[in-house]
Amino acid sequence: MKYAYYPGCSLSSTGVEYDISTKKVAKSLGIELWEIPEWNCCGASSAHLTDHLLALALPARNLAIAEEKGLDVAIPCAACYARCKATEVEVRNSKEMQETISAVIERQYTGKSQARALLDVFVNDLGLESINTLVNKPLKDLKVVSYYGCLLVRPPKLGFDDAEDPQSMDKLIEALGGTPVDWAFKTECCGAAHATTKSEVGFPMIEKILTAAKETGADCIATACPLCMSNLDMRQTQVGAKYGQNYSLPVFYFTELMGIALGINPQELGISKHFVDVSGIVKKLNEAAGRRDTA
Amino acid sequence: MERIELTAAWAKGQEVLAEVTKESGVRASKCYQCGKCSAGCPVAFAMDKTPREIMRLVQLGLMDEALQSHTIWLCASCDTCSTRCPREVDIARVMETLRIIAKRKGSVAEKKMDLFHDLFLKSVENNGRVHELGLILGFNIYGMQPLKDAHFGPSMLLKGKLSPLPHTIKDNGEVKKIFANVRKRGGKL
Repeated sequence: MKYAYYPGCSLSSTGVEYDISTKKVAKSLGIELWEIPEWNCCGASSAHLTDHLLALALPARNLAIAEEKGLDVAIPCAACYARCKATEVEVRNSKEMQETISAVIERQYTGKSQARALLDVFVNDLGLESINTLVNKPLKDLKVVSYYGCLLVRPPKLGFDDAEDPQSMDKLIEALGGTPVDWAFKTECCGAAHATTKSEVGFPMIEKILTAAKETGADCIATACPLCMSNLDMRQTQVGAKYGQNYSLPVFYFTELMGIALGINPQELGISKHFVDVSGIVKKLNEAAGRRDTA
Repeated sequence: MERIELTAAWAKGQEVLAEVTKESGVRASKCYQCGKCSAGCPVAFAMDKTPREIMRLVQLGLMDEALQSHTIWLCASCDTCSTRCPREVDIARVMETLRIIAKRKGSVAEKKMDLFHDLFLKSVENNGRVHELGLILGFNIYGMQPLKDAHFGPSMLLKGKLSPLPHTIKDNGEVKKIFANVRKRGGKL
């Protein structure tokens, strides 16, 4: 299995551990990722608020490079995925738009190369059974709420999962030996850049999600978006202080949980880059694995 | 109460509706005002007008009121409204289009949010990728809030999560050309 790989800007900065864990996990699963050489920013989330054509043209350049190679593109970041998917569909559905975009990017893009969410690739192309057979350190007794965020499964017509009650990440957690915990905030928006540009609006949105996750009794949150991660992890103490809460709720990229379950050393997955301490969870999983090994 | 000349107001309203329909590809007239968009909107608590009210203003052609609202800027583009609309109206796309029109007309109710997006795109045009540290520093300086979130800086740098210098891609001429070509076609960037 081979895909073009589009990490996007956040994965080389604030979300660097998402990039690290994606590459490690893909390798361990036998999936080849060909990083698009000299890829450019997809414009999320500023281009589509400024100019529609620019919003389609920026992702189109990356998709065109993948198309030249005859590869679909695996995309970890939910926001990048949404912008790339919107471009792919608009180009494929309109000959006029295809010609306009190709003229603007000065490359050919026909919409043949598809934008795929990394979660979709793992769960639906490789499959849960295959993943399950490779697990050697199950996420035993780990209760996880899956936070898909707003963009991963929308719009519904283009999505790979249910837009209101998605299941793929929950099923993945189960395949990794963990316990998925149901909750009502799977696709609730975290406010994205609002926490930076207008915190009086962004912070209450983050607070609602963290409070809901805490109330389920889950041990941690799994996410698929670097901006969600920043808001829930980096800003967790800041938001907690504002609302008089101490959440102490670790947040993982789903790829990190996969890596741990596949037996990769957690430190190699970049988990020390988190803001909320995850060592308690890692210790708990190690102890469970140790008990199993000695049993 | 201000007097309105109905025939002229109606004609102007139809022009406005046509403009939004053309730019967004969305027929706002399909909205039957059920309010499901506003019930589910995660940002509605902070809006001066609900998404449903914005749709009504567009239907009536009361463009100035829609363009001056904070709502169109506070919309987080999460698509909850569009996902749930029983009439399949892409409300988020209408919000996006209204922001673009508002910016073109110089009517920006949330200047800092707008500044962020301008700086973001400037970074993409200059480097091919967004330079997050540069973006945040620029946003703080131009937004007159130099120390906002500054306490995250040292640990972000230590964790290797922020690069002091931008990563400029080799083929950046291609990205600059994309911006130039969009401008040639009338894009106001």
